[in-house]
Amino acid sequence: MIRPDWHIVEEWITPKSRVLDLGCADGALLDHLIGTRQVTGVGLELQDEQVAACIERGLNVIQEDLDKGISDWFTPESFDFVIVSQTIQAIRHPERLLVDMLQVAREGIVTFPNMGYWRNRVQLGLLGHMPINRALPNPWYNTPNIHLCTLTDFESLCAELDIEILDRAVVDRARRESPLLRALPNWFGEHAIYRIQRRS
Amino acid sequence: MTDLSKKGLDLRSSHSVGIVQPQVAVFNEPLALDCGRTLPSYALVYETYGTLNAACDNAILICHALSGDHHAAGYHGETDRKPGWWDSAIGPGKPIDTNRFFVVSLNNLGGCKGSTGPLSLDPATGKPYGPDFPIVTVRDWVQSQHRLMQRLGIAHWAAVIGGSLGGMQVLQWSINYPDALSHAIVIAAAPKLSAQNIAFNEVARQAIITDPDFQGGRYAEQGMLPRRGLMLARMLGHITYLSDDAMRAKFGRELRAGQIQYGFDVEFQVESYLRYQGSSFVDRFDANTYLLMTKALDYFDPAQGFGDDLAAALDSVKASFLVLSFTSDWRFAPERSREIVRALLASGKRVSYAEIESNHGHDAFLVSIPYYHRVLAGYLAQIDGGDPA
Repeated sequence: MIRPDWHIVEEWITPKSRVLDLGCADGALLDHLIGTRQVTGVGLELQDEQVAACIERGLNVIQEDLDKGISDWFTPESFDFVIVSQTIQAIRHPERLLVDMLQVAREGIVTFPNMGYWRNRVQLGLLGHMPINRALPNPWYNTPNIHLCTLTDFESLCAELDIEILDRAVVDRARRESPLLRALPNWFGEHAIYRIQRRS
Repeated sequence: MTDLSKKGLDLRSSHSVGIVQPQVAVFNEPLALDCGRTLPSYALVYETYGTLNAACDNAILICHALSGDHHAAGYHGETDRKPGWWDSAIGPGKPIDTNRFFVVSLNNLGGCKGSTGPLSLDPATGKPYGPDFPIVTVRDWVQSQHRLMQRLGIAHWAAVIGGSLGGMQVLQWSINYPDALSHAIVIAAAPKLSAQNIAFNEVARQAIITDPDFQGGRYAEQGMLPRRGLMLARMLGHITYLSDDAMRAKFGRELRAGQIQYGFDVEFQVESYLRYQGSSFVDRFDANTYLLMTKALDYFDPAQGFGDDLAAALDSVKASFLVLSFTSDWRFAPERSREIVRALLASGKRVSYAEIESNHGHDAFLVSIPYYHRVLAGYLAQIDGGDPA
């Protein structure tokens, strides 16, 4: 399965670059990038099932809890790109991870479910309950997503951390392009995809 | 079910390599050792499982740990009670799949199971080497293993695999012979011993050396055996191989006689277990070999010649690595494996690392834990070469 955000990630990755995927799950994205962009990659993942799946694909994976930080593992600038795909919202300290990840790689790519998406706003603002939908399938009491944010929130954090946003894309369930997405990304973007780097 | 009927089942099982016959390779070219001495000639006893294919690219080397030997899988005879020490992982359809790979396992130099060691006759004196057997290092072992490899007509290992002290040999292989292996699998190992590790080894050695029956290491000539010392060494070792949790689960404070006897005989089950492990070890292991193996552990430090920079020591490595550790292992804790992984990453090598949840302590590497075996099998399934014969 190719998720809509993968195409954008793929476009942003330079062929033959070194890629670190933090929270790489079963390695499907990394595998995809190895296939389409001939990257060399390493994944970092905590769950046994997912680590085993990565190894069964022949990927290099390090079993580690992202909440424990990554600076111990990787020397500065040892990668061209670091990807945090659908993971940042499940991290205990997203702000620390953003800073750390831009130490180990030149550029970062972050994707996350947009809390500002209209369905989430309707569920919370009108119906008065925490969003439960395709992008956020878990009930509030049992969810890995402990740090949800909107495009606006993420962009303010980047400004605060002196992180430059190089590119931004939003997608919804199936579409990558539509006038609505372009005009009101924080309303109609179901997922956000950012390309970022340290402000030098 | 008795052990015998279990064994009968195992022997018939399609997942056992069945009855295996150890072989001996004699080397007459001298082997210069790290300690400065030279072994004029030596023998290595080994076993093989599976078949070497026509391309000779499906060979895997197994390196053994402190008290291991060449007998890693299968049985030596119909009456054997137990299979080889890593039978859980080696065999048809097992993680190290002998339907696909040709597996070589040897007894290291200095051993007591058929390779030249302290029990062998010193050609210079006609008596057993005993304490005069030279101290051997992991590097020496790897050099001798490389000669065995050439003798067997193997130009390249698909993988070299080992746990604990065996994992250290794997690391040394990847450094000394970077072109000789494609994959290195290092399990429950460390890049060098800690002071605490060396301390445990020293207590074990002192137990042996101070046993009056040790006779300065010449017990064999005197027809004696340092039983007490070797037994104590093994009992101590066993405590460090198990975790607190594993011991609690296995023995708790259970009493053999059901009530406290107020004496110094065996009362708690854990005492009984340790005494049994210790005394049965004496019957199958040589005290001088135990001393040598612990020294090889203590001296292992591949970063030594590289300003204590392991990443620099690994610079020449070409193999891809799989590094595995076990959460309850406190002898070579996960952090020690992480040191290896970090060094590999820092020197830009290909490496995967999995930390396996287990309460078996250091011994976990011998246990068939589903996630552990899934990762091991999954990694080996992906590697090139190893088309069946």
